[in-house]
Amino acid sequence: MLRAYWWKILCFVLVMYVCIFGFYVEVPRMDDRMQQTIRNFFFHVPMWFGMMILLTVSLVYAIKYLGNPTPKNDFYATSYAATGTLFGFVGIVTGAVWANYQWGQPWNNDPKQIGAAVALLIYLAYFVLRGSLNDEEKRARISAVYNIFAFFMLFPTLWILPRLTESLHPGGQGSAGNPGINGKDLDWRLRIVFYPAVIGWTLLGVWITTLKIRLQILIEKHS
Amino acid sequence: MKKIIAAIVFAFLSVYTNAQTSVGTPPVTTDLMRSNGKILVVVAVIVIIMIGFFGYLISVDKKLTKLEKEGIK
Repeated sequence: MLRAYWWKILCFVLVMYVCIFGFYVEVPRMDDRMQQTIRNFFFHVPMWFGMMILLTVSLVYAIKYLGNPTPKNDFYATSYAATGTLFGFVGIVTGAVWANYQWGQPWNNDPKQIGAAVALLIYLAYFVLRGSLNDEEKRARISAVYNIFAFFMLFPTLWILPRLTESLHPGGQGSAGNPGINGKDLDWRLRIVFYPAVIGWTLLGVWITTLKIRLQILIEKHS
Repeated sequence: MKKIIAAIVFAFLSVYTNAQTSVGTPPVTTDLMRSNGKILVVVAVIVIIMIGFFGYLISVDKKLTKLEKEGIK
């Protein structure tokens, strides 16, 4: 996976397809509340899907590290966590831009906005924790344990709590289903761009992460 | 798999028909880049940005591969 290139080509093709066709595909008008901003669905929403996937990979390597404490597993876990957090930040900022024009102001104290901010702060604390420990083994072990804790905090903050209250986001109380992958509601024209978008943007995140991992391995070899 | 390919092919068909309908209306929109409210100009900008990003990623990737093969001197 580290040096294979077929998936990098796939990533390029998918992202380019989304960036071109995402603007050209005819979007459903509904009652014209969203107008063209529904196209953000191809850019803002995949950031969160990508974040979730990257952080899941990070979790897997954190657990792997606890079973088999090699520096490599630690590099994988932290690099995936870093890219995942980056995706989350990009998601929250793009969401603020969208919210400014759709809901009236960039920050609406929407339960999902608050939940996402809390989740990202928990992951920020992960990097603060790592930075505060000098012993390499201790740092890797403690951060692996914290990583598992941080990952499971994503579920209440992003998946459960926003659905228990009224939310501006789709999927809150009173509206059924899962925003984004609700098969019945999602127009097919959105779907043919959205699913490639999720795969493409996630692969882009994986690409950036593998570069980071390779750099860390090189540095470790050299020191 | 066939369904997905068919979906993509048919989706691009609608692009073709769009181009057909806009030709008949005001003469200004005959230019492809100026059709549909000049949205293709935005597409062009984004495509250039993404190609730039990908180019950068590829160059970093290549440098890393070179270092991994030859080692740091």
